[in-house]
Parts: sequence; C-alpha cells; structure tokens
Amino acid sequence: MEYTPRELMVVCAARQIRDGERVFVGMRLPLLAFALAKRTHAPNCVGIFETGLIRDTPARELLYTMGDAPNICGALWATSTINVIGLMAAGEIELGFIGGAEIDRYGNLNTSLIGDWQQPRVRLPGSGGGADIASLAQRLAIIMPHERHRLRERVDFVTSPGYGYPNEQGPAGVAWRQRVGLPRGGPAVLITTLAVFTFDPATGEALLQSYHPGSSIEQVQEETGWPLRLAPDCAETVPPTPEELRVIRECDPHGVWTS
Amino acid sequence: MSKLLSMTEAIRRYVPDGAAVALGLALEPCIPFAAGHEIIRQGRRDLTLIGPISDILFDQLIGAGCVAKIQAAWVGNVSEGLGHCYRRATEQAQPRPIVTEDHSNFTIGLALRAASLGAPYIPTRSLLGSDLARKNSTFLHASSPFDGSPLLLVPALQPDVTILHVQRSDEDGNAHLWGSLGICQEAMLAARQVIIVAEEIVSREVITSDPNRVIGPSYKVCAVVHEPWGAHPSAVQGYYDRDHQFYHEYHTRTRTAEGFQQWLDEWVLGLKTRQEYIAKLGSARLGALSVKEHRYAAPVDYGY
Repeated sequence: MEYTPRELMVVCAARQIRDGERVFVGMRLPLLAFALAKRTHAPNCVGIFETGLIRDTPARELLYTMGDAPNICGALWATSTINVIGLMAAGEIELGFIGGAEIDRYGNLNTSLIGDWQQPRVRLPGSGGGADIASLAQRLAIIMPHERHRLRERVDFVTSPGYGYPNEQGPAGVAWRQRVGLPRGGPAVLITTLAVFTFDPATGEALLQSYHPGSSIEQVQEETGWPLRLAPDCAETVPPTPEELRVIRECDPHGVWTS
Repeated sequence: MSKLLSMTEAIRRYVPDGAAVALGLALEPCIPFAAGHEIIRQGRRDLTLIGPISDILFDQLIGAGCVAKIQAAWVGNVSEGLGHCYRRATEQAQPRPIVTEDHSNFTIGLALRAASLGAPYIPTRSLLGSDLARKNSTFLHASSPFDGSPLLLVPALQPDVTILHVQRSDEDGNAHLWGSLGICQEAMLAARQVIIVAEEIVSREVITSDPNRVIGPSYKVCAVVHEPWGAHPSAVQGYYDRDHQFYHEYHTRTRTAEGFQQWLDEWVLGLKTRQEYIAKLGSARLGALSVKEHRYAAPVDYGY
C-alpha cells in the first residue's frame, strides 16, 4: 500500500505509545498518533493536553488545535495548565511528544531563535509547553522534518533540554541531566521524515535506529549535520500496516496533517 | 452594582499606556480579540503582554506598535507556526523594538500563581539546563534548602490588568468559564484588576446556581463587557468553534509589513466596533462556526 512520509511518521509515533500509558500529546502529528494508538495497540492509553485536558478516547472529529471544541467534549477532566503540567512535574506522565525547528546530536531542541540570542536572524515562537515536556516526562518522543539545516551538530539555543553536552564535569546523556538537576527523562526517540533515531543514555548521542523505506543510511547521513552512529540493530523502518493506514485515513480523511 | 461598560470605555479606563496586560490565557480558546482590537484602535503604547501561548493576538498588538515587552511562552500562529509581526519586531525592530522574557507554559503559570499566593517565587525543576532558564534574567538558579538539589526560582508576576473572555457573567463580574482553563484562574487571581468580556450577560441567580464554575472573585473585576463573538477567530466552548481559515489568511496576508497594515486597516482600524466586525464576517461564516449540536452537562444538585 502507498503511504505518505507523514503517515509513516504518525505510525512511528503511535508505536512509541505503550498500552495503559499516560501520554502528553503535542500539536499536529501527535494528535493523530494518539488517536491511532488508542484504536490499535494501546486502547487503554490516556492523553493529556497542555491546555488543561485529559481524555481517554480520541476526539470525534479531526483536531486542528488541542483547544478545539471537539477535544473538550467527552474529556475526563477539563482543568488548568498548571494542574496537568504539574502531574508531569510529579513524574506521573510516561511519554511526551514535541516538535522542534532544530535538534542536535544530543537531542537538545531549539524552538526559540536562529542565530545570535541578542540579534536573532529568525525569531521562532518559543517553548510553549515544549521545554516542560522535555524536562519532566519520563520519556520524550520528538517529531521533525529531516533537513540538514535542522539536524545540527549544535543548536543555536537550547529551548528544550535533551542530553546536554559533554563538559568538564562529565559526559552528556543521563549523567548531564542529573548534573543540571532535571528530575528524569530525556529523548527516547527522534522521528523524522527520513528515519528514526534512538539515543545512547551513556553518551546522550543519537543513534540511527532505522531509515524509512525509500531512504538509505547514505541519504540520512547527507541530510544530517553530524557523523551518524548506527544502532547495533539498525534496519529499515517497518512500514505501516493496512490497518494502521485505514485508521489514520479515517481520522484525517482529507490529509490535513498527513498529505 | 453593575460594572457593565462598553469595550471602548473599559479599555480607555483600565488599560493605560505602559500597563502590564495578561490576555489569551486559556491557550487556543477564549482569546479576547475584541479587547485587543480596541487596544489597537485606541493607540496604546509601551504595553507589557503576559500570556502562555499567544495565537496571533500578541502578533497583532506587536505589529500595531502597542508593545514594549513580552513575558510569554510562545508568540506565533498555532495554525502556521511563525508570527510575522513578532519576527519583524525582534529581528528588525519594526515597527519598534521589543524585549522578550521567554517562559514555558509551566513557568508563566507558576509566576502568576506565585503572585496569586503572595509568594515571592515558586521553585521548579523544569527548564534546568536549558538556555531558556539562563537567558530569562528574572529567573534565579538556587539549591533546595532541604536537600541541596538544583532548582529554578520563578519570581511572582503581577499583571496590572487581566482580560478574560468567558461564556457568561453577571453585571458584577461573577463569571462562569468552562472548557480547558489554561492559566486563566492564575492570571485572574494574580492581577490587580480584571476585565471580564462575556458572550452573555446573565442574572446573578444563574451564576450562583453553580458557584463551582466561577473563575474567581468578582471583587477583582473592574469592568464587564458584553461582547458576543468577542473571541473570534478563537473558540468558545458551547458558542462557536475556532475559525481555522482566519488564521491561515492572517498568516498569508501579514508576511510583509505592508500586508499587515492592509490587514489591520481592514479588520481593526477600519471598523469602529465589534458589531461592524461581526457584520463583516457575515452570517454564512458565523453559521458555519456556530454550535451544531448542543451538549448540556447534567444538572448538579446544590440542595440541602
């Protein structure tokens, strides 16, 4: 079956959700990934939205933003932003999704600005809840378009902390997060239009876990701003099943998010 | 005592030049666009805008030259990403330079919560290790006095005025708000004064029939404005859904400063009141956004 790159990204994102997990659902593709996971392998997962919302069923209509009226209908709890991010601060949210404009080999994300902090070349919108999700969720899943200027050796500004950087006190990775005082977490996976990366917790470095059908390790390297390290079991990404595609297309029949 | 005022009068009295104004606090829904447009028409200057994400209203106020400073987590267009006016102001100081103190959604909420509690700050572990934590000079890094662990101290932030768009209010400012609440309640409790903008004005009895749904104490409310469709193009649960197309059009038309000025002339400066704005939207567009199927909550019993 034919599918679009974004449909494959939604499938890869949904596969990160384990049944029964509490998932902090981000904008755009994660809205669909949550619906797909609910209707396939993770019927008992629960979605948490930063507007202040918890629901355990997908919305009945396609969502353009998490604040759309259909997302509030049938919610388990409509409350405040502090209450739901507070749950994450307390360590109760297993998985969080975010996107970014730039990412580096240690999973640090930039959504604030390109260029110099005081005289930016491009001012991006900023964190929203992204930096909170990156700081506080037990596992972080990142979804981004794969372009060389976006996957950089080092980002211009760390909006959302990943695994930091090696410095005189020690290596990047989980050790860096502990050094700066982050309570847990870190990037588990980076899903792009070309590939899926996982991370080495000891060094914090991204590992190429799989390349999407039609792509290759060489192409991924060309579009990535750091020398790739491969996961020991690096392979081609498992394509979407017909069932996964059927559910996605039911949720997004006009391809608003997936065309 | 009735606090009902026209939008013109409410903004004239309670949003002076230089004020720190919190608005757009429910994130994507219930953004007080009508209030923002009146601020632009009255030519306010040197405002500080406080909010979590801002879905194009901050961009409009910045483009119109009303803003000196931003204390927010995100300034852009949720449908499209970038905010063109925010970019021009930050990158090129057009139409004037602005200062941004970057927050996350959690830290801006904590800053308001701290003010609402009379606390000087609230500590968090969010943002530790990020440039966000380092570059916002209002934050302090500290160690927990209990166990020595690293903390980020988020100082209290008190808006001069918080503007909330709600479904319904009585004339005294006892207001019902439902749906996801974002940081509305924190911003109301933190503010020196509050302007309530309501889709409907109802009797005190309607409000007091369900006191759990009230967003905050009406003694903080300085003005109540009756402004149906006052949050368009954002959504108001039970009244209308988000007008996604409007956000796309805004994004396309405001790529250049000239394009923004034309958009502003057409949708803000060329219209004297919200009634003219609603007439310009037209009944077909309003009809498409209106509630198609009412979904009432079950009544609750406050009896004894």
